[in-house]
Amino acid sequence: MFGRRRLSWVATLAAVAGLVAATAARAEDTVKVGLILPMTGGQASTGKQIENAIKLYMQQKGDTVAGKKVEIVVKDDAAIPDKTKTAAQELIVNDKVNFIAGFGVTPAALAAAPLATQAKIPEVVMAAGTSIITERSPYIVRTSFTLAQSSTIIGDWAVKNGIKKVATLTSDYAPGNDALNFFKEHFVAGGGEVVEEVKVPLANPDFAPFLQRMKDAKPDAIFVFVPAGQGGNFMKQYAERGLDKAGIKVIGPGDVTDDDLLNNMGDAVLGTVTAHLYSAAHPSQMNKDFVAAYKKAFGTRPGFMAVSGYDGIHLIYEALKKTNGDTDGTKLIEAMKGQKWESPRGPISIDPETRDIVQNIYIRKVEKVDGELYNVEFQTFEAVKDLGKTKK
Amino acid sequence: MTAILTNLFDGVAYGMLLFVLACGLAVTLGLMNFVNLAHGAFAMAGGYICAVLVNQQGWPFFAALPLAFVSAAAIGIVLERTLYRHLYTRSHLDQVLFTIGLTFMSVAAVDYIQGSSRVFINLPAALQGQFDLFGVGIGRYRLMIIIICGLLTIALQLVLAKTRFGSRLRAAVDDPRAASGLGINVPQVFAFTFAFGCGLAGLGGALSAEILGLDPYFPLKFMIYFLIVVTVGGSSSITGPFLASLLLGIGDVAGKYYVPKMGPFVIYTMMIVILIWRPNGLFGRTAAR
Repeated sequence: MFGRRRLSWVATLAAVAGLVAATAARAEDTVKVGLILPMTGGQASTGKQIENAIKLYMQQKGDTVAGKKVEIVVKDDAAIPDKTKTAAQELIVNDKVNFIAGFGVTPAALAAAPLATQAKIPEVVMAAGTSIITERSPYIVRTSFTLAQSSTIIGDWAVKNGIKKVATLTSDYAPGNDALNFFKEHFVAGGGEVVEEVKVPLANPDFAPFLQRMKDAKPDAIFVFVPAGQGGNFMKQYAERGLDKAGIKVIGPGDVTDDDLLNNMGDAVLGTVTAHLYSAAHPSQMNKDFVAAYKKAFGTRPGFMAVSGYDGIHLIYEALKKTNGDTDGTKLIEAMKGQKWESPRGPISIDPETRDIVQNIYIRKVEKVDGELYNVEFQTFEAVKDLGKTKK
Repeated sequence: MTAILTNLFDGVAYGMLLFVLACGLAVTLGLMNFVNLAHGAFAMAGGYICAVLVNQQGWPFFAALPLAFVSAAAIGIVLERTLYRHLYTRSHLDQVLFTIGLTFMSVAAVDYIQGSSRVFINLPAALQGQFDLFGVGIGRYRLMIIIICGLLTIALQLVLAKTRFGSRLRAAVDDPRAASGLGINVPQVFAFTFAFGCGLAGLGGALSAEILGLDPYFPLKFMIYFLIVVTVGGSSSITGPFLASLLLGIGDVAGKYYVPKMGPFVIYTMMIVILIWRPNGLFGRTAAR
């Protein structure tokens, strides 16, 4: 009798232990990725593209990697850094996410940086493009681009291709200033001259007076950086003011001719030369498949934000494969360093020292292909690192 | 020299646009003494209706413009009869809270229906580009704005000053009780005026899509500009806001052209200086009610 009671007691204990183990195993079976993106507000197209691309990737590759089920939790921060911080806190504390990712604008990425450091979880930046971001936390890795990458290249290209006098028009915030400074440094070093420099306010209703000033300065080209959403308005007013007829070209990082909006900008945009990481017209087979699948699923053309999101989730998958499903943040970030893969944009890798992206930068010209406007690539600068790090 | 004239032209066009957008607010705020912060929402409604008609239904731009006016006015009259009417006698704080709420609702609604990206209206080729007049670059679209808005201003001034409706409106504003005693249907006059102001905003919204850009945040982004026009111009007549709009339009454009570093602040600096000099606005009533 005593024996039997003892047996049942052991059995209960074993059952309880089993239950605990089972729940623990279930919790460990999922990997949560907290995606903080601007889904509303002026930057909403960025958020939409990244979310779409991640959905597409998970449809194609399945939602399990290294025996773990990947779960995406999306939070909208409307590109307001305060909201980003709250969202990151909620995701880390309540949802116990293993990664935070997304970040439409630089201030948002910076707001989350101290949280990533404290919680020791990787922050995968899929959009924001200021150089300093990856220096703000050893847990930040970036799959988008930095403005230094494209701006230095277009600066070098311009002086070599007969553009001597340039007027600049850039949005007055961190990425705009990055773009301006790196362009100027390389353009002036090559013998070019900046004849006019205008910084426009970020929330700028009317480009007209600035463009008039550009026109009167009679440069060979204008160097433009405006956030992706404003490119359409800029190009429209550029044409309205007759700058295209005055022979003033537009050059710049590719944000102004984002694939997302390019096709609606009208023929004035034809001939615009930009340096950028991605064009929907990139001639690789992988990109053709990517564009076709994206168009089929969402009805629009993928832009550089979409491809950054696609590569971001790929990096998360690869890191998990490398750690064999271990979700320790420090191991994951180590696993991400030095990753190399073929992306729809071309070959890319993660610089093991800066955790920033190394990628090809293409010089492209807007042309009409089958009745649609595309950025057609005609020159490639291979494996460009970010040149904008302050700690060298 | 030609640069000055081109800037002047751009400034006038910008100012005229501000006037059409804001003069409805001058009427409701100045004449009816009602603080309507949702004014920009009517402008946005007009803009989006025009955009949908032109881009999706294939209407010609000039046919869609009057419809932007009519539909914004129709929305205005419906809201006036159902909602605004109850707030005429309430305190200004209640009116502000109510209308700012309405603004946020309109922002969210448009964001939901149309998406948050910027909308452009396809213009006929005749309105695109620029031509040279004695070396001065004249934008075709901006010229059209000046013509339309100029005609509207003259018409408005005539209606207010010369017609029977104008005198009824002025009477209803000055002393509603005496006016209704004289057989003037005051609520009807107010409703009509309100709707007309909304219609003008709608037209302004449709015209401004090309220049200011049209997105769901339009009512919030430009609310400050409308309020500046009304405070600087004073709200006792149409002339005040008109001159204020021109002044601010020209000042803004010239400021951005000549001192681009200071550009965005010029308009605010002007407002502060004018309001220190004349706290009731350029044409404010000195002995306000």
